[in-house]
Amino acid sequence: MATERRKPFAIKAQPGFGLVAMLCFFMLYLPIAILVVYAFNAGENIALWEGFSLRWFQSAWANETVQEAAMRSLFLASVSATIATIVAGMAAIATTRTAPYRGLTFKYAMINQPLMVPEIVTAVSLLIVFSRFKVWTGYSGIGYLVLAHTAFCIPFAYLPIRARLENMDLTLERAAADLYATPWQAFKRVTLPLLVPGLVAGYMLAFVISLDDVVITEFVKSGGQETLPTYMLGQLRRAVSPEINAIATVFLALSVLLVTLFYFVNRKKN
Amino acid sequence: MASTANAIDARGVSKVFKGAGQDEVRALDNVSVTIRENEFFTLLGPSGCGKTTLLRLIAGFDFPTEGEILLHGENIALLPPYKRPVNTVFQNYALFPHMTVGQNIAFGLEMLGKPKDEIAARVSEMLKLVRMEELKDRRTSQISGGQQQRVALARALAPRPKVLLLDEPLSALDYKLRKDMQIELKRLQHDTGITFIFVTHDQEEALTMSDRIAVMSKGKILQVGSPHDIYVRPVDHFVANFIGETNFLKGKVISSKGGKATVELAPGGTLLADVPEAGLPKGEISLVVRPENATLVKPGKGDLSGTVETIVYFGTDTHVHLKLTDGTAFMVRQQNAAGSGVDVKTGDKAGIAIAAGTPRILMD
Repeated sequence: MATERRKPFAIKAQPGFGLVAMLCFFMLYLPIAILVVYAFNAGENIALWEGFSLRWFQSAWANETVQEAAMRSLFLASVSATIATIVAGMAAIATTRTAPYRGLTFKYAMINQPLMVPEIVTAVSLLIVFSRFKVWTGYSGIGYLVLAHTAFCIPFAYLPIRARLENMDLTLERAAADLYATPWQAFKRVTLPLLVPGLVAGYMLAFVISLDDVVITEFVKSGGQETLPTYMLGQLRRAVSPEINAIATVFLALSVLLVTLFYFVNRKKN
Repeated sequence: MASTANAIDARGVSKVFKGAGQDEVRALDNVSVTIRENEFFTLLGPSGCGKTTLLRLIAGFDFPTEGEILLHGENIALLPPYKRPVNTVFQNYALFPHMTVGQNIAFGLEMLGKPKDEIAARVSEMLKLVRMEELKDRRTSQISGGQQQRVALARALAPRPKVLLLDEPLSALDYKLRKDMQIELKRLQHDTGITFIFVTHDQEEALTMSDRIAVMSKGKILQVGSPHDIYVRPVDHFVANFIGETNFLKGKVISSKGGKATVELAPGGTLLADVPEAGLPKGEISLVVRPENATLVKPGKGDLSGTVETIVYFGTDTHVHLKLTDGTAFMVRQQNAAGSGVDVKTGDKAGIAIAAGTPRILMD
């Protein structure tokens, strides 16, 4: 076609594109597929198919340690994601509703620091700081985990919120001010309602990131503060039980559900 | 007080924008203008002339570097927008997408803390005014561009502002709709009795709608006057060129008396022309002759003579482009009514008669 010629480079037309793409998808999804399939295995071996069964879901569900870890994970994720979304929302407003100034880029970098610093560095530094705090205050509750999770969730909440704010038509806020809305009223009546999809996206991302975290949690947690991921990691050190597959499958289902939900929420708003 | 009779009084207003590094942009340069109560006032000029900046300063989205802006005699230059009894119709309408048409119109009244029943009554009154009653509960994304325009108008008029600002509100509409809205806006201004300040770069729009026009260029107001004034008595090249089509003739003043001057024209002959109110400029002068004030006559007759270069037919009239004896281009607009004008073809010699009292000397 005549219009085809104007395109300088069409990646789809390159030889081997299909093959490479297929290979990538296999690498990504084959292990997950195997994990999910063996969660329904009737046998005890995680590599030997012995027929369909829900027994591992049942035993995981009945396992009190799993229950406790799951509740802790959900609590941690919801609290951290809430705080992170509020903080990230404020940071996003402060960094978008301003004339660009020297140092703004530096602030972006500071806010997004947890994305760039290796997680293990954050984990070790938090371990050292919190162990001091634990000695000084005598408090060793879940507060440290909440703090740590909030901190590394902030950039994940910040990015979608900032994107939403940047794409928002600024004349809308101007129109509100023109129609006698004070800055607070304009925020409440115009900016905030239009920001909701960004906040929801930020919250969901933060929630999933917190739910998933192993490294920082492993370093920061006090004794007996297992979350689901750290519990699973602990289990792997012993005889591997397909219970892990079952838990992971539930995790996966939850993530897929959240992402799908988010997709529909976002589409409706636009 | 005399000043209370004026809706807006801008006094020595300048706005300087700091660019990158040492750059400074003087978007408004010592602008003073008086906009009367109840007036349809237009700020006209090309993009970058400062008209939108002036509008934004009146609305309160920006603050002047120097000068003051009085609204009914009170200086509002430094008030935030929500404390000014001034509303704006935005170029892109800026309707709140998460609200219905009715909620959009009610917004300003709610912010002013009006009682619910008053708001409801006012919203239906406004919907009626812009003929949109049946669309009250629609989302703003579910209505056409022309309808959005009306909602924006209704929303801005609902709180009964002292002054309504309109920032090129018709530029997004197609030709036919724009024509209709021009009439609609005139009607609304007449019915509501609110002072309208209208910003446009479209000279035709300005001429047809305004009570008075301020022509702006490069951050300055060049001339303020009625459409007729500005068209018939432009002060300088820019205004004459920006509004309508114009012929410029160069020449020297031989004598002047009582606001009239006898000018010896560069292409030959003499003309009696009006002197600008500010006085005669020094040296060689330019004068302006509108194409409809010139008629073709037999060669050797009239005030000027030239050769026909092109003839362009426009239906109601014909534009005849000529070259004068000294090479100056000159255009004559002839009405195409039966029996009017002289028949010419390309290459013909022709005389040009200029209606007495119409030529005018420019300040530059």
